[in-house]
Amino acid sequence: MTGFFNRLKEGLTRTRQNLVDKVEALVTGRTKIDDELYDELEEALISADVGAETSIELVERLRRKVKEQKISDPSLLQGLLQEEIAAILGGEAIPVNLGNQPTVILIVGVNGVGKTTTIAKLAHRWKQEGRKVLLAAGDTFRAAAIDQLEIWGQRVGVEVIRHQEGADPSAVAFDAVQAAKSRESDVLIIDTAGRLHNKSHLMNELSKINRVLDRAMPGAPHETLLVLDATTGQNALSQARIFGEAVGLTGLVLTKLDGTAKGGVILAIHSELQTPVKFIGIGEKMDDLRDFDPGEFAKALFGKEE
Amino acid sequence: MAMFEGLAEKLQNTLKKLRGKGKVTEADVAEAMREVRMALLAADVNLKVVKDFVARVKERAIGQDVLESLTPGQQVVKVVHDELIQLMGGTTSKLNMSSKPPTVVMLVGLQGAGKTTTVAKLGLYLRKQGRRPLLVACDVYRPAAVKQLQVLGNQLDLPVFSMGTGVSPVDIARGATEYAVAQGRDVILLDTAGRLHINEELMDELKSIKSTVKPHEIMLVVDAMTGQDAVNVADSFHKQLGLDGVVLTKLDGDARGGAALSVKAVTGCPIKFAGMGEKPDALEPFHPDRLASRILGMGDVLSLIEKAQSTFDAKMAKEMEQKLRKSDFNFEDFLFQVQQMQKMGPLDQLVGMLPGMGKMKALKDVQFDEKEIKHVEAIILSMTPEERQNPQILKDSRKRRIAKGSGTSVQQVNNLIKTYEQTRKMFKQFADMRGKGPGKGPGGKGKGMFKLPFMK
Ligand SMILES: Nc1nc2c(ncn2[C@@H]2O[C@H](COP(=O)(O)OP(=O)(O)OP(=O)(O)O)[C@@H](O)[C@H]2O)c(=O)[nH]1
Ligand SMILES: [Mg+2]
Repeated sequence: MTGFFNRLKEGLTRTRQNLVDKVEALVTGRTKIDDELYDELEEALISADVGAETSIELVERLRRKVKEQKISDPSLLQGLLQEEIAAILGGEAIPVNLGNQPTVILIVGVNGVGKTTTIAKLAHRWKQEGRKVLLAAGDTFRAAAIDQLEIWGQRVGVEVIRHQEGADPSAVAFDAVQAAKSRESDVLIIDTAGRLHNKSHLMNELSKINRVLDRAMPGAPHETLLVLDATTGQNALSQARIFGEAVGLTGLVLTKLDGTAKGGVILAIHSELQTPVKFIGIGEKMDDLRDFDPGEFAKALFGKEE
Repeated sequence: MAMFEGLAEKLQNTLKKLRGKGKVTEADVAEAMREVRMALLAADVNLKVVKDFVARVKERAIGQDVLESLTPGQQVVKVVHDELIQLMGGTTSKLNMSSKPPTVVMLVGLQGAGKTTTVAKLGLYLRKQGRRPLLVACDVYRPAAVKQLQVLGNQLDLPVFSMGTGVSPVDIARGATEYAVAQGRDVILLDTAGRLHINEELMDELKSIKSTVKPHEIMLVVDAMTGQDAVNVADSFHKQLGLDGVVLTKLDGDARGGAALSVKAVTGCPIKFAGMGEKPDALEPFHPDRLASRILGMGDVLSLIEKAQSTFDAKMAKEMEQKLRKSDFNFEDFLFQVQQMQKMGPLDQLVGMLPGMGKMKALKDVQFDEKEIKHVEAIILSMTPEERQNPQILKDSRKRRIAKGSGTSVQQVNNLIKTYEQTRKMFKQFADMRGKGPGKGPGGKGKGMFKLPFMK
């Protein structure tokens, strides 16, 4: 377990520590709450990709709260703002429901966000928990995408259902459900090709996979997770909206939080679409996956850049 | 949908009330600059870059008599647009070529930015220019990354140099140089593994590749969807490696692409290429003016206009607009539109250039491929002039005749009628949108969020 904690620290402490520094720098040396302090908080949020509109709104709310509660100590603002943010994000992390046999999980997202790697991480986690996991190589488009998933399957020690490159991804999905049923798998995770959400034919292809899954097993997919790269700016909102319209999302996975990007845009996504973040990615290895913790995330948003 | 409203329109509203007020106050200017700030932030331009930028625009806006002109909103947009282009620098899509081949080009960047695809695209691009590129697989970390490059090289019939995943990228790069000399390849394109700018070990690896093979060009590959962090990434890569250029990828998406501005501002390096799709030929020289319009939410109007210029004449455009307003858009117009669209490029791409269009439901099913367009033409040409002008008279017997005459099926005819209806609705929507907002009126100059070429 020490390795686990060390890596957790590596991944998250940097952001957390920076946050503490920055907010402390903001509040120390101040004896009163003034516009400048509010501006700085607003800027910290904008720099974390929260988005100008959402940031301004959040700081407005903070102002009201300060007034209502007659707060005069500048050092309290940090905590208040974080509470506000954590509240927007839903307070508690919502786990994936693995109650079906098999539970079918569809992974979608734009190109290069970390879908395939996330699948490896999820497979590893659930296998460690003693579940029987099956993967489906539904990215039949990108060069060597199938090989990539197969290598991960070998590393994690789970099987992969695959067709040829260029095959119909819904056919792969269909076969994978049949295989999952006959092998009595607990979880089936389906990879899909990265696609930009403004390409309607590619979004239609996803809807088709969805329909085929439902035919193969009524109610499937039980979870559809959109993978978002924390480095992405305001476009993530557009991604969440349009993928949501096409396939209906049950949750988000926010990857690459081991970098310096904060992924603040999920705040806007959460308030507009109520799609919860379920997991975060903090590295390229299969154990670099964590449950999403709104409180921690809210704190990390204010992390200072190095 | 405030996010997709064009800055032009917003400024117009803000500054409209100033007109006739006589004197423009500091507060008025501040208000206008606030709009500029919001627009740039919505486009993901970095906050610090935005601040400097707005300060400069403000100075220019006050310095000139911009705000006293009749159309202060448009004037401010023009200043902003000009300054944006200025900031992004002129156009250059040239790689630093060595007088002593082979030229070594190294692509670097974060995970998932699009390096491997870009290496393949550059290979194709260079071959078209008469070069003999060699693709080099230095990503030994991501599973199947080597294979990915090999597959791409195979598809394009470009040689790929690899030594598997058991050899250090530094040795692979060195080996590739020797191989290139022996094989007479004159450009080496190094595909490196994606890495975080704060990963010291992996950044050191890039430094050793650099000192070993001395690239003539180090290019940072940046995803157009990148947010505020783009400055940290670019700054860090630049400080550690010394960049020569930038490739902006995934511009075929609907991101505004403000990251480009951030990257240019912190590195000073020119953005040389834009990735416009997943296909190997989807690499274009970068156009600062187009990205400026896009960042401002004005759509890629310039690209549209450029594409349409040769095919539309103003009178025809006027007529079309009239038709749309009166909603008597018929099959002849439809055929004309389809042919125009075909000349201008894929509808998907066209629509992607328009801000906010990803959301438009009606568009999702309106799609043509080359074969379909041939069918469309055949079907419409099999209609009588009367049918073309009054689509509502198309009953079953007529449909059967048309299907027969055009060598298609009744189902195809029905599909076309459906598509036509959707297109009509879509154009109607465009026309309506344009009609909305302040300052409209018969023949009024459109200043809505975008124009289709025929809506001059
Ligand atoms: N640092 C870091 N890198 C990650 C993380 N998740 C994925 N990556 C890396 O991001 C790159 C792209 O990951 P993939 O899993 O191939 O992404 P994808 O979405 O499947 O990509 P396409 O299928 O090509 O659209 C790889 O180099 C991964 O190692 C993460 O949490 N942190
Ligand atoms: Mg993938």
